[in-house]
Amino acid sequence: MANNHLTSESKQLATWYFTFAAILFGAQLLFGLVAAIQYVMPGFLYGILDFSIARILHINALVVWMVFAMFGSVYWLLPDETGIETIGIKIGKLIYWVFVAAIVVVVLVYLLIQVGPADATTIWFITEGREYIEAPRWADWGIVVVALTFVANLFLTGMKGKQTGIVTVLMADMIAFAGLYLAGMFFTDNISVDQYWWWWVIHLWVEATWEVFVGAIAAYGLITMIGAHRKVVEMWLWIEVAMLFGSGILGLGHHYFWIGTPEYWWEIGALFSALEPLPLVAMFIHVLYDWGKTQGAEEEKGNEASVINNKPAFTWFVLNAFGNFLGAGIWGFFHTLPQVNLYTHGTQFTSAHGHLAFFGAYATILVGMMYIAVQGTNGIKIMKHTKASIWGVSMITSGVVGMTVALTIAGYVQVLVSRAQMGATWAAYFDGQSGMWFVQAMDWRLIMGAVTFLGFLFLAKDLLTTGKNPVHER
Amino acid sequence: MANKSVWSDNRFWRRSATWVTGFASILLIWLTFDTSAQIAMGNDQDLKNGVTKRVPGPTVINYKITYEMSAKRGHEVPIIGGNDGKGNSLFQQKEKFFGRDDYSEEEAASLLHLGKLGSQAKNCMDCHTLLGNGAYYAPDLTKAWLDPAWGPNGAMQALTGKNTKEEAMAEFLQHPDQYPTHARMMPDLGITAKEAKGLVAFLKHMSSIDTNGFPRNFGHMQGAINGK
Repeated sequence: MANNHLTSESKQLATWYFTFAAILFGAQLLFGLVAAIQYVMPGFLYGILDFSIARILHINALVVWMVFAMFGSVYWLLPDETGIETIGIKIGKLIYWVFVAAIVVVVLVYLLIQVGPADATTIWFITEGREYIEAPRWADWGIVVVALTFVANLFLTGMKGKQTGIVTVLMADMIAFAGLYLAGMFFTDNISVDQYWWWWVIHLWVEATWEVFVGAIAAYGLITMIGAHRKVVEMWLWIEVAMLFGSGILGLGHHYFWIGTPEYWWEIGALFSALEPLPLVAMFIHVLYDWGKTQGAEEEKGNEASVINNKPAFTWFVLNAFGNFLGAGIWGFFHTLPQVNLYTHGTQFTSAHGHLAFFGAYATILVGMMYIAVQGTNGIKIMKHTKASIWGVSMITSGVVGMTVALTIAGYVQVLVSRAQMGATWAAYFDGQSGMWFVQAMDWRLIMGAVTFLGFLFLAKDLLTTGKNPVHER
Repeated sequence: MANKSVWSDNRFWRRSATWVTGFASILLIWLTFDTSAQIAMGNDQDLKNGVTKRVPGPTVINYKITYEMSAKRGHEVPIIGGNDGKGNSLFQQKEKFFGRDDYSEEEAASLLHLGKLGSQAKNCMDCHTLLGNGAYYAPDLTKAWLDPAWGPNGAMQALTGKNTKEEAMAEFLQHPDQYPTHARMMPDLGITAKEAKGLVAFLKHMSSIDTNGFPRNFGHMQGAINGK
């Protein structure tokens, strides 16, 4: 890369992670579009790239691009936080290529082989067939090796350099994040036991360890982008960790209402998952309050200029604060009580929540980190919005919100017609799917999906070109 | 000068975070032990001795399974081998499964094993939901075995030209593209006759799992739409 201002190898590796993450983000949206088209035109790619395969690629690309961007974020912030170069960065770089190669192979197998006979070789080499973690077993072990290397990089650096509160939280969080993956790496004939542990991976990732990760990244962002006071930010971070883990760990119970597990999960799941939005409110307040406070302090000194040194990144961070609360908090709470969930479980309601939550809680802040990396890589002092960055963020956000609204309406139809009115059978399912409002909702979902994808093109263009744009202060 | 308040002390919050996390984790682990014992798969002896398990043993495929209201529980529960009238299973009434109702524990377990493997090898849950989890492109399979569509009065036996529920299901699974029920069709996934039998056993077994009343009213509402 010409004119690369990075002296840290760790940050260089971070940019590699961000680049591949952005590519996978694009792939996620493309396969999402295929699946959305299939809802509207069921014959589309039938027998070639069936819905199940498009959806596997859609959600696996989602998880993997986020993991890539998360690793990238850690490699990016480690030198800033610890004051030293990341230890073992050479192995970290090697492992990056192993990770990329493994993903390419897994994707090719998904695309070209798709399904296998009902035996263990399929589980080991083609697909495990468990939503979100379909990756075959060999890839699971590869992921374990990759995650261990990453955790080793983080721990060795954290222990030798300055161990800030942010680094301490990340160390504890990432070891849990990596360890939890093991819960999804076994086969059992008992579907209830299967799903019990499967949720340990899915829920304890996205509703516990990933959320804490977001708290740590938000803390780092506030310090680097607006110069927020570290002591205040880290105190908030610890409060958030207490609230997130305090509610999120036992909030796991809201997945145990109907999978064969005992009734006491109704009460436990309802209580703790109802508390899950609280830390998200706290995070929202945290970001906006610190922003106002820092800006206010500057204004008192007679300094009217914005305290934000990276406008696009900060926009995405603020969107994160709001989107996390709205998507994970509000849309999650909608259907978290068992009395409601009895009817909403397994409907487009969940899908509406999934879209807004993954976007609001994770996509936003990780895109923000990509902008921070662009800023650092190009030695920009104050980074401003460009036309493309504004189009990108506006179209992606309105696209995702539009999809969420459409899916929520589709979910209502399913809940009322297929579930409450018709009693959930095969015929009931298709009665709901054929309803006019459901069909219209799926049309709108596709349109809004296309808007999201166009927004992504603007975002990609901006990430690739904004670094050289003369509009920024250097 | 007043002492600094503990509420603005980072160490206090770090310790609080550690204690809260530790406490929640320990509680979760403890509950996991209890739940694991309750959802461990039963065996043939349990069925013969009339012991109700949340996840019955594989030989449950030898029995008639229904989904009926339990006054005590306040929702529907799987009833195995007949109802005592109060929503408890009697474990008496058998039901032929591919012509037999005397599968041994080993035979039934290997069928279930094949079916569970098949459900993953064919990516079932990336279109369907199982126990309500998965994708929403196709019907939920939790109680598919009990769906009236496959029963003697349903359309699927006539459509597939088979005389029993299990044969109709197995035929459909092998050639789903020949029996469309909607513009959205299941693709041909190369399911063999043997695999189909395993998958149907897996579905029958799943319908016997106590899911705390999910899905509510399954198969009990007919023709309600448009006031028909």
